[in-house]
Amino acid sequence: MAGNAWRSTVSRVMGAVKSQTQPRTFSRGMQTVTIIPGDGIGPEISSAVIKIFEAAKVPIQWEERNVTAIKGPGGKWMIPPEAKESMDKSKIGLKGPLKTPIAAGHPSMNLLLRKTFDLYANVRPCVSIEGYKTPYTDVDLVTIRENTEGEYSGIEHVIVDGVVQSIKLITEDASRRIAEYAFEYARNNQRASVTAVHKANIMRMSDGLFLRKCREVAENFKDVKFTEMYLDTVCLNMVQDPTKFDVLVMPNLYGDILSDLCAGLIGGLGVTPSGNIGANGVAIFESVHGTAPDIAGKDMANPTALLLSAVMMLRHMGLHGHAKKIETACFDTIRDKKVLTKDLGGNSKCSEFTAEICRRVQDME
Amino acid sequence: VYRASSSMFLCKLCSPYWKQCINDSPISAHQPPPAKYGGRHTVTLIPGDGIGPELLNHVRELFRFCCVPVDFEVVTVDSSVVSEDEINNAVTAIRRNGVALKGNIETNHNLPPSHKSRNNLLRTSLDLYANVMHCQTLPGVQTRHKDIDIIIIRENTEGEYSSLEHENVPGVVESLKIITRVNSLRIAEYAFKLAREKGRRRVTAVHKANIMKLGDGLFLQCCKEVAAGYPDIAFDNMIVDNTTMQLVSKPQQFDVMVMPNLYGNVVSNVCAGLVGGPGLVPGANYGKNYAVFETATRNTGKSIANKNVANPTATLLASCLMLDHLGLVDYASMIRKAIFKTLSETRLHTADIGGLATTSEVVQSIMREVQKTGPLTSEYI
Repeated sequence: MAGNAWRSTVSRVMGAVKSQTQPRTFSRGMQTVTIIPGDGIGPEISSAVIKIFEAAKVPIQWEERNVTAIKGPGGKWMIPPEAKESMDKSKIGLKGPLKTPIAAGHPSMNLLLRKTFDLYANVRPCVSIEGYKTPYTDVDLVTIRENTEGEYSGIEHVIVDGVVQSIKLITEDASRRIAEYAFEYARNNQRASVTAVHKANIMRMSDGLFLRKCREVAENFKDVKFTEMYLDTVCLNMVQDPTKFDVLVMPNLYGDILSDLCAGLIGGLGVTPSGNIGANGVAIFESVHGTAPDIAGKDMANPTALLLSAVMMLRHMGLHGHAKKIETACFDTIRDKKVLTKDLGGNSKCSEFTAEICRRVQDME
Repeated sequence: VYRASSSMFLCKLCSPYWKQCINDSPISAHQPPPAKYGGRHTVTLIPGDGIGPELLNHVRELFRFCCVPVDFEVVTVDSSVVSEDEINNAVTAIRRNGVALKGNIETNHNLPPSHKSRNNLLRTSLDLYANVMHCQTLPGVQTRHKDIDIIIIRENTEGEYSSLEHENVPGVVESLKIITRVNSLRIAEYAFKLAREKGRRRVTAVHKANIMKLGDGLFLQCCKEVAAGYPDIAFDNMIVDNTTMQLVSKPQQFDVMVMPNLYGNVVSNVCAGLVGGPGLVPGANYGKNYAVFETATRNTGKSIANKNVANPTATLLASCLMLDHLGLVDYASMIRKAIFKTLSETRLHTADIGGLATTSEVVQSIMREVQKTGPLTSEYI
């Protein structure tokens, strides 16, 4: 058991080191993680996660930062320099839900973070949660979505009155980068196959380029099986038999739709973890649900999404033992159905749910 | 000569579910092309690739058996040929006949961009602007979700499928998604008219206007404008990623959905999967002057071609939609009834819905049902 853990830790570290431009110093002591509580229910669920991590004695020290956009020199909107500094130093972040202001004049914070740290890959592992019943059981797949270009380039023009064109941008570099990440991820997490999702029958040049890059990268990863599938076929098969899929890699829009589809299969955004991988070794893990202003401050929130994202973060950092402990505690609590928050079907408070998980974690010592 | 009175009488005996299907005729605004030659209609038939040819042969067999007054003009389109002559011939044939029934033509996506998708060329040349798909839970088919009844109306000619791509700088490809006011208004008008005709309560527009503010924003605005003219029908909108999430958890909340091309592709495939798979749902493409009927999810089914295992339901139901469009409503309802009766028997399910029956067994059973309940049929099965 210990041998396996050590080997997988080593491969994780090697994989992590290989795929980054700067090797991350791996100290046996406390590692710093930047935590961004967010808005609405963000602060409650963040403190829940911190409490659980304390109970599990995870060697992490938290640095709390705020990312409300400020106008920098030159008039460009940017995140506060303290936040950027902290992230650059720690390289790992955990983020709660952020409010997207409608008329504040600045772009969404998520977009800013993405641009600042070049978060090019959005990774969403979707695993069925035992105890939280959905019509789909045995879902175990990962969607890896290119997060910087594609249909979300934001380039739109009105050609003449009544005719609008939106530009979908696909570049060789971004496609190669995401494909490489997908195969690395598959290798490091012992996943058997990677499927590229595309619509090259219609968008021959753009998705064709994406597909070509995936094929090229697949040549270097012969241990991982590579397949290609049309977007519509994936959707069709996903709702009939999600067990057929393993790792899916795709451009931005398809990724957006498919990752939310898969989240729906396992129970929604309230229980789905998500991670964003950036250049230079930066990784920000987040909960993808909204800020839920109607239940903010009432101790009713469900911290599962943020907790599972934090577990994903621990695995990324190589702390597999702690990750397993916390994940098991969380799943056991949900499976037992005695202490569940309202959205999971119970009527316990967030603090009670958190306390229950803490108790289980401590019992496991 | 069809026994209108007897089939009407039989219709009254049907269960309410089947009765609704019988009233499943398309928009009354479209006049079916008149039967010119001795009261018989001529319909263009494009076999396509994969399972298309064998399933369309079954359609012809069934029509012959039921004495349906439709003759088929077969136009083959070879997907491997580079020249566009064959597809242009098909388009001319459809212009001549007004109606077509087709299988999916395969697109080899490894060929250069100059080789466009034949199916797309057909749709844009004939300006088949509305793709309509009616997804309902079918009796006898095991699915995870029950009571689904969604009509999906998808803009069929523009959006992401404009095939306008270029590479300005090596390694950087731009693909254009075009949304126009005219087409958006047109599809929204179609959606609301159809909703009113079928007595539907709510139309939901699916979009991604929070990101594509101008493009999908224009689409949404057009839908809102048209909605104002239909105060009896509720209108709301939903972002496409939320839509797919809702579809897999609570599909019963949706009634009629209207959306641009690509989201239509995704949503229609998700819905087809929810009601039992690609072998069960028929689709129709309507334009101002032409109509083309095919399976809703447009699959070639290459891996199961010529093995006698494909599910003929979708293709046969598509042919029923075609009969409705031609005004041969009684024939359509007779065949549809027989199809549903066969479907309700589990031992006659094909492999895709969990059974072991072959295609021919299913078609034979449908013909037997028609013989039992319908008017005089041909002696030769």
